[in-house]
Amino acid sequence: MEIPYAVKPRPDTGLYNAKVGIWLFLASEVMLFGALFCSYILLRVNAPEGLWPHHWLNIWLGMTNTIVLIFSSVTVVLAWASLKMGQFNRYKLYQGITLLCALTFLAIKSVEYRDKFIHYKVVLSDGRIADGHLQKAETTLPVSWRLQPVIVDGHLQGGGQTATNTGRLVLEGWWPNDEAALMNPPLGHETQRIEIPVKQIKFMENYGPWHNTYTAIYFTLTGLHALHVVAGAIVIFAIWGPLAKVWERDPERYINRVEVSGLFWHFVDLVWIFLFPVLYLL
Amino acid sequence: MESTIQAATHAPAAGHEELGFWRKYIFSTDHKVIGIQYGVTGLMFLFFGFCLMTIMRWQLAYPGHPVPIVGHLLYRVLGEDMVGKDAAGNVGVMMPDLYNSFGAMHGTIMVFLAIVPLAFGAFGNFVTPLQIGAPDMTFPRVNMVSYQFYFLGGVLMLASFFIPGGAAKSGWTSYSPLATVADMGQHPNGQTFWIIGMVCLISSSLLGAVNFITTIIQLRAKGLTWMRLPFFVWAQFVTGFLLLLAFPPLEAAAVLQLMDNLLHTSFFLPTGLVVSGQHLHISGGGSPLLWQHLFWFLGHPEVYVLILPGMGIVTEIIACNTRKPIWGYRSMVYSVLTIGFLSFIVWAHHMYLTGMGTRVATFFQTTTMMISIPSVIILTALFISLWGASMRFNTPMLFALGFLPMFGIGGLTGLPLGFNASDIHLHDTYYVIAHFHYVVAPGTIFALFAGIYYWYPKITGRFMNEFWGRVHFALSFMCMNLVFMPMFVQGMAGMSRRLYDGGATYAAQDGIVGLSKYVLGLNVPISHAVWALGLSQIPFVINFFWSINRGKKIASDNPWQATTLEWQTPTPPPHGNFEGPVEVFRGPYEYSVPGHATDFIPQNEPPTPSPVPNGNPVRS
Repeated sequence: MEIPYAVKPRPDTGLYNAKVGIWLFLASEVMLFGALFCSYILLRVNAPEGLWPHHWLNIWLGMTNTIVLIFSSVTVVLAWASLKMGQFNRYKLYQGITLLCALTFLAIKSVEYRDKFIHYKVVLSDGRIADGHLQKAETTLPVSWRLQPVIVDGHLQGGGQTATNTGRLVLEGWWPNDEAALMNPPLGHETQRIEIPVKQIKFMENYGPWHNTYTAIYFTLTGLHALHVVAGAIVIFAIWGPLAKVWERDPERYINRVEVSGLFWHFVDLVWIFLFPVLYLL
Repeated sequence: MESTIQAATHAPAAGHEELGFWRKYIFSTDHKVIGIQYGVTGLMFLFFGFCLMTIMRWQLAYPGHPVPIVGHLLYRVLGEDMVGKDAAGNVGVMMPDLYNSFGAMHGTIMVFLAIVPLAFGAFGNFVTPLQIGAPDMTFPRVNMVSYQFYFLGGVLMLASFFIPGGAAKSGWTSYSPLATVADMGQHPNGQTFWIIGMVCLISSSLLGAVNFITTIIQLRAKGLTWMRLPFFVWAQFVTGFLLLLAFPPLEAAAVLQLMDNLLHTSFFLPTGLVVSGQHLHISGGGSPLLWQHLFWFLGHPEVYVLILPGMGIVTEIIACNTRKPIWGYRSMVYSVLTIGFLSFIVWAHHMYLTGMGTRVATFFQTTTMMISIPSVIILTALFISLWGASMRFNTPMLFALGFLPMFGIGGLTGLPLGFNASDIHLHDTYYVIAHFHYVVAPGTIFALFAGIYYWYPKITGRFMNEFWGRVHFALSFMCMNLVFMPMFVQGMAGMSRRLYDGGATYAAQDGIVGLSKYVLGLNVPISHAVWALGLSQIPFVINFFWSINRGKKIASDNPWQATTLEWQTPTPPPHGNFEGPVEVFRGPYEYSVPGHATDFIPQNEPPTPSPVPNGNPVRS
């Protein structure tokens, strides 16, 4: 049994089946990310005056990732166009670059994630706030990056362990005057080496998703986007590598597959083009 | 035209290798097998969801008394946290947590695991490709995967009953922060299972929706233009769009709630949240209303996902058994499209009591009143279609006719809930329960029964027993009304829908205003009617299985003498469905065309050029 219009377009719609399917799927993806962006707007509008974070992310890394993804969108189109012209080797090259771009994007993203997990806000018992990246922890407290290492009054939350009030932490950071300063750190502020005796810590927490609604929506949006990057890269790789034989047997079907996976890839890029200004710049 | 008589004995079309058992029945890519898989699984969940309610109704009618028959078993399986003892030491009393679990899971199972899979998954899968003259769905393997996601979601939901802490217990709507703080010490808890189960079900629906819409757009037979589509196909088409566009926001909400539950974010948790006197160590800053908006953005279109396929089934059956064209087919098509559009902008009428402000409330009140117009048009068109017909009162037709007034009651009682002034009184009472159950239970479920009795001969080659079908209808019709009609009374008296003891806590006493004895007393007859409703399904269950091998054999491939394409295939349709290319020449409901030899003209019958006596050519 042959499904009609699996490869050739149906005359009255001008589309083959998978193309209709992918556009419908992308419509649902728009609703998925649309709902998350709406959540972002609502959380931000609800935040108390002056307590929405700015400049918490590295704009240059974000910018690099934006360029990487836009570049990969170009190579996806070039790959498809090469196939249309029958140049399989050039397709292989271009789509290989696309895959490299995907890996680069994910690598940069994980550097940014790690940066958040070793970044701590520490409130001292005298009320001062220290903020910076953990360099060294000479203590029995498990404060390396993990799920929610929150310390309140010397007790580790969640784990049920009691901290030994000895040892010290070393941060590379600064002393914001208050919460508002922490939310809106001056661009390019000086950092210094900060040593904190553990017994002075009233509260400390890293910048994981649990830190506040900004980090929560940041990790959710970029995490879901990263999953889409991974999924898109796997599909593109499957067509590029293991399924490349289809090109000899049924070139038209192969080109369709490349086109459909390319449409998905463009969508993933488009989401990032919204994410970058929303999370990094605004 | 004479129907081709090839019933039941038809050999598989040439060129198809016989598939083994696993490929044929379990990992099948044939839309008909997948439809039957959805159907059987969905019916089992329908039964299971109903059983939960029969146990809850005991607690409502006789609060604190041990549940008979299954009480001991529940105690053994679920443990003493869930099932306790009464004063005399008899085991089997439902504890509040168990009641809440059953309530939440009854709703979840009925909506997401029973009705949607039956209406969209089962009937949509089996009938839609046949009605448009397609060999299968556009993406048969995606179709298989979407069933598997559904199955996995169902297994997760069922498994959650047996984990420590039990299944989700925050209502089928899973409002935050309740859903996050219930069972907070337990990880993973029932709510986590619920969320992951929902993600599976949503993925299943999304894949299904993409497949259905693409199939309807791309695989219509030659000559089957949009306005020649049977109304059932239109209903499935719009349903597909609702699922496609309304489910993703719930998926987003589910992801956010999962983050709240597992990674301790505060998307839906406000600053300063106190639970059991304890100040929670959370970052705060979230919005409980955000969950409600995201949930109801799905929730309201979902209502139409539940009802539109039912309307489609009923329309097919009414057209066939009145032997008349459907009155106002085009109006119905435009109405169903309008419903589809409007259903996306009515969601906040579920949230009048959140204090969202009169302007916003007015907007949603207006759109809610607007959406009743196309619904009424469809129902009116169906009623007028009955006018002057010489009806065949067979079982499918009885259920279809039962659907009309029941859906009418359900729809019209929704209007007071759509007005924000009257909703303030009725919100979250048994009135709401009665309203939406009238739409879904004697509404959609009757349509589903009608569909089962109607298409059963196409699937098995045999009719279901007519007498027991009628018994099933009469008893179900009576019991459904006995169950839900008194709930309007209870609701208008102000009885809340989420009371573990059936409202006894709020009983009127000397000098204290509360629920009257009469209103509370209604709990008992309602519960008896529920159990009678359960017993009324026995004829159906026996009939369903008995008829597979023993039912009356059909005499032709088109036993109801219907016009649509699914009856122009061999019985049961082979893999690939049609024997040759299909071409459509006419609209879907050409019944009793003047001057034609038979009282129905199948859509694929070529036009005859011979003129009728008055000189006008036969309509084609």
